[in-house]
Amino acid sequence: MCLGVPGRVVEIEHGSSPLMGKVDFGGVRREVCLEYVPEVKVGDYVIVHVGFAISRLDEDEAESVFRYLEEMEKISEQLGEKV
Amino acid sequence: MKYIDEYRNSEIAKRYIDEIWKVCKGNWVIMEVCGGQTHTIIRFNIDEVLPKNILFVHGPGCPVCVTPLEILDKAIEIASMPNVIFCSFGDMLRVPGTKKDLFAVREEGGDVRVVYSPLDALKIAVKNPDKEVVFFGIGFETTAPANAMAIYQAKKLGIRNFSMLVSHVLVPPVIETILKSPNNRINGFLAAGHVCTVMGYKEYEEIAKKYKVPIVVTGFEPLDILQGVLMVVKQLEEGRYEVENQYSRSVRREGNLEAQKMISEVFEVTDRAWRGIGVIPQSGYKIREPYKEYDAEVKFNLENKSVEEPRECISGLVLQGVKKPYECSAFGSKCTPDHPLGAPMVSSEGVCAAYFNYKFNRVGG
Repeated sequence: MCLGVPGRVVEIEHGSSPLMGKVDFGGVRREVCLEYVPEVKVGDYVIVHVGFAISRLDEDEAESVFRYLEEMEKISEQLGEKV
Repeated sequence: MKYIDEYRNSEIAKRYIDEIWKVCKGNWVIMEVCGGQTHTIIRFNIDEVLPKNILFVHGPGCPVCVTPLEILDKAIEIASMPNVIFCSFGDMLRVPGTKKDLFAVREEGGDVRVVYSPLDALKIAVKNPDKEVVFFGIGFETTAPANAMAIYQAKKLGIRNFSMLVSHVLVPPVIETILKSPNNRINGFLAAGHVCTVMGYKEYEEIAKKYKVPIVVTGFEPLDILQGVLMVVKQLEEGRYEVENQYSRSVRREGNLEAQKMISEVFEVTDRAWRGIGVIPQSGYKIREPYKEYDAEVKFNLENKSVEEPRECISGLVLQGVKKPYECSAFGSKCTPDHPLGAPMVSSEGVCAAYFNYKFNRVGG
């Protein structure tokens, strides 16, 4: 069950124990336990697995997939690598 | 959807594929650990567009698939009892036990319910105080924090009619088992991104060093897999064997400390049997003594029985990457998603199901 889906935190029930909130998945909203991401704010994105947020998505790191490709392409070009 | 669509961009995928073709010179065998990653590779044809000298070998990262037959039979026994509400993730309902599956128990009148979260099972216990509610707690480390929270809350709120049938398994011990095997031919790993989101990746650093294999913590979308493969291949071509983190938008080296704290509170490490593989020492979780009243095996006093797998099912060899699903004599004939012989044909993360659905039944690609 590694299936984790990214969603946007739209509501936090402050004071609830465990900490609960609502997460939006492309229009569908579900109740999610936020106890494991206590620093989360409304508007943040989280990865949700079986009704629990297990991480807060880092927006800067999310770009690394695209940055890495550009770096690799530059290196290949400099080395004159061909497919 | 944000954080999904951009990682399925076909133009970027093509550029990644080109880079892999440029960099890859040697013959490499790469294992992706997680069933979710297997599904992405097969569904998006990644294994077919990469150079033929990269061979993908599919790992045992499907918790449904590795749940031992004995535990399944215990689940069926509990679910068949009167006055029990048995709650489970949907996948487990069609996995065959020795005589039948949980779906059949429901058809015969058992109260078997599919839930999305273990907290849902707890809510059912609160709403049905005159019934015994049992939750089927299977999963890797990813699911352990959720299951731990349900048990922790049950004790905190004094809910007595709730218990969990636990069958948790851990990734690093099974990777070591595979690497120690004389049959092993794996050169590099794509480690499971959500397991590492919870646990971090410190444990893999020793494995990479000891067995000299690169390990790249990888996500689940096509661009994640492609970047992960590129990172592994670069390490192999350069003779490096380090742990790198491709899935850095979700994974930190230390993992999720809050989640780990709750796991340690409720669970402890134990030896575990893996379906098709056998017992691997210190490879699972069991419920700790202070929470033993929530352990369904204790509550229902179930005996250990010996069980036999259907002889045709080679799921153990498939889960260790030794055989491919289509090398099984029953694949696609006696064993299909409609009438499965083993777990990998049932589970949404099962490798046999992936091959059956995406390779042999491709509709419109």
